[in-house]
Amino acid sequence: MAPRSCALCQKAKAMVKRPKTGQQICRDCFFYVFETEVHNTITQSKLFNPGDRVAIGASGGKDSTVLAYVMKTLNERYQYGLELFLLSIDEGITGYRDDSLETVKRNQQQYDMPLKILSYDELYGWTMDAIVSQVGRKNNCTFCGVFRRQALDRGAAMLNVDHIVTGHNADDIAETVLMNIMRGDIARLGRCTSICTQGEDTIRRSKPFKYAYEKEIVMYAYFKKLDYFSTECIYSPDAYRGHARVFLKDLEAARPSAIVDIIHSGEAFEIKEEIKATQKLQQTCQRCGYMSSNELCKACTLLEGLERGMANSGITDRGRKKMDSEGPAPDNLRTIPFFKVGSGSAAITVETPS
Amino acid sequence: MNTISIKIEFGGGLELLFENKRSYRVDIPSVVPTDNTTDAEANLADKETKDVDVDYLIHHMKDHMLKERVELFMEKNTVRPGILVLINDTDWELEGEGEYQLKNGDEVVFISTLHGG
Repeated sequence: MAPRSCALCQKAKAMVKRPKTGQQICRDCFFYVFETEVHNTITQSKLFNPGDRVAIGASGGKDSTVLAYVMKTLNERYQYGLELFLLSIDEGITGYRDDSLETVKRNQQQYDMPLKILSYDELYGWTMDAIVSQVGRKNNCTFCGVFRRQALDRGAAMLNVDHIVTGHNADDIAETVLMNIMRGDIARLGRCTSICTQGEDTIRRSKPFKYAYEKEIVMYAYFKKLDYFSTECIYSPDAYRGHARVFLKDLEAARPSAIVDIIHSGEAFEIKEEIKATQKLQQTCQRCGYMSSNELCKACTLLEGLERGMANSGITDRGRKKMDSEGPAPDNLRTIPFFKVGSGSAAITVETPS
Repeated sequence: MNTISIKIEFGGGLELLFENKRSYRVDIPSVVPTDNTTDAEANLADKETKDVDVDYLIHHMKDHMLKERVELFMEKNTVRPGILVLINDTDWELEGEGEYQLKNGDEVVFISTLHGG
C-alpha cells in the first residue's frame, strides 16, 4: 500500500489511524491533537483554577504516566498556573507494586515533580500481601479498591492539594458504564460518566482522559518513549471488569467509535428524582471521619473484620450484622486516623526530587 | 528456500508471553502457504502459496515462539483485540493489517494495551 500523507498537515507520512474519527495522521500532528483534545476537555469542564495544587494519582502504569507527562506539558504550554504533585499508593504487593513504584520514582526525576507515597501498611496497618493471606484470592479486590480510594483522598489531604486527577481513560469509563448497566446499579450509572466528582468534604477528583482512547494513550507513550510499567496485578484481576473489557474491545474492533458512543449514552441517562430520593444520604464515618453512606465507612468495616479475625464479614451487610452480633468492637481496635481535609503540611511530607 | 529477516519487538507486558524477551530477530520464508500453516516450511509443492505477510508472521510466532497462553495473543486467526501492531513504526491499520507484505529488514512491534494503569 502506498504511504499516505497526513490528513492534517498534508506533508508527513501518516502513522496513526485515530480510532475516534478514522483520521490518518502523522506523528507530530498526533501529539498535537491528542494534547489539544485533553486541553479542551480541561478547559470546557473548567477543571482547574490558577494556583490550584493538583495531585496526579500515579501508579507507574501507562495511563498515569502519560497523564503526568501531558499535565506537565499543558500546564507549561497554556499557563494553567498549577502546582503538580505525584501521589502513589503502595498497596504492599510484593513483586508488583514495589516494581511499579520504581517507575514512579523515575517519573519523579524525569518530570521534576514532588512525590508522595502512602502505603496501606502505614494507613491501615495491613499490606495487601497480609490481607490476601487472611482472606484468600476471592474478595481481595474489594479490600484493595475500598482502601485505595480512601488512601488517595488521605494522601491528597497530606499534600494539602485542591484536586486529584486520575488516568481513567475512555475505555475504562465505557467499561464502567457497561458494568453498571449489567449490574443494574442505577446510582453508579448516574455518576460514573461525570468528569469531576466531589462530595461535601472530599477533595475534587477528575479524569482529564475521559475522552482519550486507550489506543491513543499507548501510541502516545510508545512514540514519546515514556517509561511505564506493565504487569498485571498478581492477585487475580477484577474478573467482572475483565468480561466487560473483552466485550468492549470486540465492539471497538467492529466499530471504533463504540467507546465514545457508550460514554455519550451513559451521560445521557437521566435518573428520576424519586429514584435519587431513595438513595442513601452521605454522612461521615463515626469512627474515622471519612465520607460514608452508613455509620461506619466501608474501610473501617473491612478493617474491623480483619482485626477481629472475621475478614470476610466486612464485605456484605449480612456479614456485618453477624460481626455485630458477636459483640461490639473492642476498645483497643486498630482504627484509621481521623480524616480532615487539608490537615497536612506539604513541606514536611513531600519527598522532593533530588 | 529464500528467507527474509524480520525484527520483532514487544511492549506493554506482551513480552511476558515470549520468555520475557522484548526483542527478537526471526528468519521466515519469503513464500508461504496461503493457509498460514508453518510446519510445511520445507515443502510447498502441493500447497497454494503467497508472498509472506504479517498474518503468516503472527502464525509463525504462535507456533514457534509463544511460550504460554495463546488466547492472550491470538483470536480468530489474528492478534487479539487490544493488541496494537506497528509496522516500521506505523499503525498497521494504515498498512493493510495482516495483509501487509513483509520485506527483508521490516520491524514489527506488538504492544498490549490490556494491562492496568
